[in-house]
Amino acid sequence: MKRVLLWTPFALAALLLGLMLARLDAPHDETIASQWVDKPMPAFNLPPATDGIPGLAAADLATGEPHLVNIFASWCVPCRVEAPMLETLRARGVRVVGIAIRDTPKDVASFLSEYGNPYARIGSDVDSNVQIAIGSSGVPESFLVDGKGIVREQIQGVILESDVDRIVAKMKAMR
Amino acid sequence: MMRRVLLVALVFAAPLAAQDAVPPAEYAYRQLPDARAEAEAHALMTTLRCLVCQGQSIADSDAALAGDMRSLVRQRIAAGETPDQVRAWLVDRYGDWVSYDPPLTPATWPLWAAPIALLGLGGWLAARKLRRKRSGTGDGE
Repeated sequence: MKRVLLWTPFALAALLLGLMLARLDAPHDETIASQWVDKPMPAFNLPPATDGIPGLAAADLATGEPHLVNIFASWCVPCRVEAPMLETLRARGVRVVGIAIRDTPKDVASFLSEYGNPYARIGSDVDSNVQIAIGSSGVPESFLVDGKGIVREQIQGVILESDVDRIVAKMKAMR
Repeated sequence: MMRRVLLVALVFAAPLAAQDAVPPAEYAYRQLPDARAEAEAHALMTTLRCLVCQGQSIADSDAALAGDMRSLVRQRIAAGETPDQVRAWLVDRYGDWVSYDPPLTPATWPLWAAPIALLGLGGWLAARKLRRKRSGTGDGE
């Protein structure tokens, strides 16, 4: 009995150390998934982010057609990498709309002229209100929204070439 | 003399890299006019986790998104929502992760049970030791 008691703290410490080592070895995942998937887009009405492209409202996403809502910003470096993929998606029939985070009309315009414009609409979210309302925590992120305006999937980070086929198929299946 | 000139130059040097194209959200760095509402909002902000800096509360962080969240919290408190309602609104979107005040669930009950169990164990060990001392046997220690 005494011996067991004596060794208990060591056993507990060893267990704790083992747990810590196991966590050190585990891949580190910092992404925070949105809990807003399968819920309707919250009501919002964002002004145009730049001249010549209309703004974005929740009503524009409940038209019977599915949309890919891309959360981006001109100051976001990975968004530049993602731009050609969005253009590919648009060319393959996906309706791409954008929400520009903390951005200015001038910066959005130069971003689009440099990296292309796949967006039918871009809303300007200067204080991240809509971004927070749908549980998005960074740029770029994309939300697949069905024809009734219900969020069906959140894609965090850059859309890669290997994601394109799956997204096109999912958007076609969604109405 | 040279040092003084450099110091003066430093004062007027604009931190170019830190300049954002867009000014911070209205209540990111401004307190609410009502002191009681501000105190409520601030207490809540210290228990909400910053989404991009992690490990900091939104009250502590200078990240732009944390500023936007502070503004959102202050505006909702000013509009008459209770801190619990604002917290629930954010938890609905980001999960319990966003709150530093974890709810009691099957996954988190050890957080509450462990201190009580450890205190009980300590009390039991101390009681044993004391009893042995008082009886004076000490079994050869």
